[in-house]
Amino acid sequence: MTTLTDPPKESFRLSMLIYDTRYRSMTIQIIALIGFLLLLGMLVTNTAQNLATLGKEPSFRFLGEPASYDINQRLLEYTSRDSHLRAALLGLLNTLVVAFLGCITATILGVIIGVLRLSSNWVVAKLTTIYVEIFRNVPVLLWIVFTMAIMIETMPAPRAFKGENPVATMALNDSVAVTNRGIYIPEPLFSRSLGDVHLLGQGSMRFDVSLDLIAIVLVLGLSLWGAAKIKLRADKIQEKTGERPRTWHTRLGLIVVPTAVLLVALGFHFGYPELKGFNFKGGTHLRNSLIALWLALSLYTAAFIAEIVRAGILAVSHGQTEAAAALGIRPGKIMSLVVLPQAMRVIIPPLISNWLNLTKNSSLAIAVGYMDITGTLMGITLNQTGRELETVLLTMLIYLSISLSISAVMNWYNKRVKLVER
Amino acid sequence: MKNTVILGALTIAGLSAGAAAAGTLDDVKARGKLNCGVTTGLVGFAAPDANGEWKGFDVAVCRAVAAAVLGDGSAVEFVPTTGKTRFTALASGEIDVLARNTTWTFSRDVDLKFEFTGVNYYDGQGFMVPKELGVSSAKELDGATVCIQTGTTTELNLADFFRSNNISYEPVPIETNAEAQQQYLAGACDVYTTDASGLAATRATFESPADHVLLPEIISKEPLGPLVRHGDNEWGDVVRWTLNALITAEELGVTSANLAEMAGGTNNPEINRLLGTEGTLGEMLGLSADWGKNALSVGGNYGEVFADNIGEATPIGLARGLNAQWTEGGLLYSPPFR
Ligand SMILES: N[C@@H](CCC(=O)N[C@@H](CS)C(=O)NCC(=O)O)C(=O)O
Repeated sequence: MTTLTDPPKESFRLSMLIYDTRYRSMTIQIIALIGFLLLLGMLVTNTAQNLATLGKEPSFRFLGEPASYDINQRLLEYTSRDSHLRAALLGLLNTLVVAFLGCITATILGVIIGVLRLSSNWVVAKLTTIYVEIFRNVPVLLWIVFTMAIMIETMPAPRAFKGENPVATMALNDSVAVTNRGIYIPEPLFSRSLGDVHLLGQGSMRFDVSLDLIAIVLVLGLSLWGAAKIKLRADKIQEKTGERPRTWHTRLGLIVVPTAVLLVALGFHFGYPELKGFNFKGGTHLRNSLIALWLALSLYTAAFIAEIVRAGILAVSHGQTEAAAALGIRPGKIMSLVVLPQAMRVIIPPLISNWLNLTKNSSLAIAVGYMDITGTLMGITLNQTGRELETVLLTMLIYLSISLSISAVMNWYNKRVKLVER
Repeated sequence: MKNTVILGALTIAGLSAGAAAAGTLDDVKARGKLNCGVTTGLVGFAAPDANGEWKGFDVAVCRAVAAAVLGDGSAVEFVPTTGKTRFTALASGEIDVLARNTTWTFSRDVDLKFEFTGVNYYDGQGFMVPKELGVSSAKELDGATVCIQTGTTTELNLADFFRSNNISYEPVPIETNAEAQQQYLAGACDVYTTDASGLAATRATFESPADHVLLPEIISKEPLGPLVRHGDNEWGDVVRWTLNALITAEELGVTSANLAEMAGGTNNPEINRLLGTEGTLGEMLGLSADWGKNALSVGGNYGEVFADNIGEATPIGLARGLNAQWTEGGLLYSPPFR
């Protein structure tokens, strides 16, 4: 039972949409939205109309036509008779390779430099500060072009390795050749190879994977899983009895022996690069474009990661370190057991965004002729077919998918290590 | 409500803007300047000289067109384009005409919607290697590293040549001629391949050109010529007949030396029509009567332009070969001015 009467009901007038603060923001937002949609619609219809007058209606048929150009760095088998779609696939793999390699080296370097920047050693701290400032403040494109120029101009050409008294010689017991076309390193070979398995059919998307590789990964994976199980058991025994059984030799054996046996069974050996004709043959060729891009992206991104790591470590209160020291934990262990695990929570979100940056920056590959997705699909294919709109849209879609996948995985990981608040 | 009306009007304006982009000739006249797409730098064909002035065989086409339309061969804005950016520059309207060693092909003409207005150089793709490699034929290039400009016909020919001869190679994709030159001279590639004329022009800028040889094989047909956007026939005619004027002038013996005299009237009606003292050819093109004389007054006729920029007396030293007049056993054959 209430004695209060309802306030008199205001009748709604149209002018209230503008003068009444309760409705005004809503009105403005709706008008802005309509305007935005109209603008978008205008852009789309205008583009479609102009393309139609040019006689260039969007079509993706070109993807099935033969690409007719060659790609130097091929992770899958490819000839110039393959389709533009397959050329794009090879480009995508090249993007993923350089992004993957770059993220790993940038992270390792970044963590080391970030930790060293906090060193109490004045020289070390200053040197790493200089590193960070130099790399962070020069555009990455310049680093890429610079690295490439240094490799081309200062390393010997393959023909310098020729003759009785060659100007240049191979390194590491004649197994590695450093040239201005890149670095040739020994390649793993199998004399009793299991062959390839054909995934995804025989068409443009065919994806042949070496069965040897699959077997090695499987065996190694099983061994690691077994070793983890043994460790878990040892942990349990330690918790129960306070005594830890010695397991490292069984674990080590479990990891090494099955893989080693498999490698012997497959006839594993190295193929060494050898100068034949114009170039080194055999071995794996890390092209100068790959190295330049990989190195420059890693060094550049590492500078940012170093700052993130430093900030993360500084975010862990010094009391933690002191408390750990009071418990008698050694300094190295304090870093790895107490400080870094807590710092990780601060580090991971910005680290993800740096990985995404590195991946997107890899599209600067074009500057050194690395055949990534911008070099194939958005480069030569676009140029030879004149399908600007289609290729650029596809490329944008591909980068979006890569970035969203990286974020999804890292967000999942971030959730796992996040402090669980109660 | 008002917003919608404005936006609706904008939409319509946007739509009509696409259709109204046709009259390039009027645009050029109104602008008082011709926007001409050229290379980023290939001495002999298009490159700025020591005074920053663009010079070359392709540049001469731009200047002749500017003189024909505007009466001034220096009223040109040169826009450097790479093999990859040139078509976008033309299609988007950034340039009015593209004169950049561009090969006339079916797909560029039909699918990319351009119009080639003739051929100013009949070329073919060749290979250049350092002499010290001791190579005498392109078939011996198995396993070689080859510098190749991307976005060109030459990159496709290259793939076909090596595949059909069953030999392997390592392509190094490159953006501009200058970059190719740097990589080639540093030994990062064994071979540089592009149009033979481009190779000769590039070699001429080397410190010791004699240390490099052009291999005998010419693996393709590369008819190079100026091109415009498809669909603007009036503008296409202007560029086409300016080029034809240069070629016809050589055939009829009109040169820089006798141009003034001949423009006073001659016994040959075709020369008179070409130079505007007879007939109304200029008017038909939408140009002044003396357009042909203006075009010829910049660098002379085709033969003079050739000799001054890339001919045998220049460091580039190209012989006329296929580019001689049809009367001399070459392929140059302009339709009559009638
Ligand atoms: N004719 C071929 C190749 C044209 C081309 O790229 N030529 C080179 C060398 S002859 C060039 O002009 N380069 C000048 C530059 O890099 O700007 C085509 O049209 O695709």
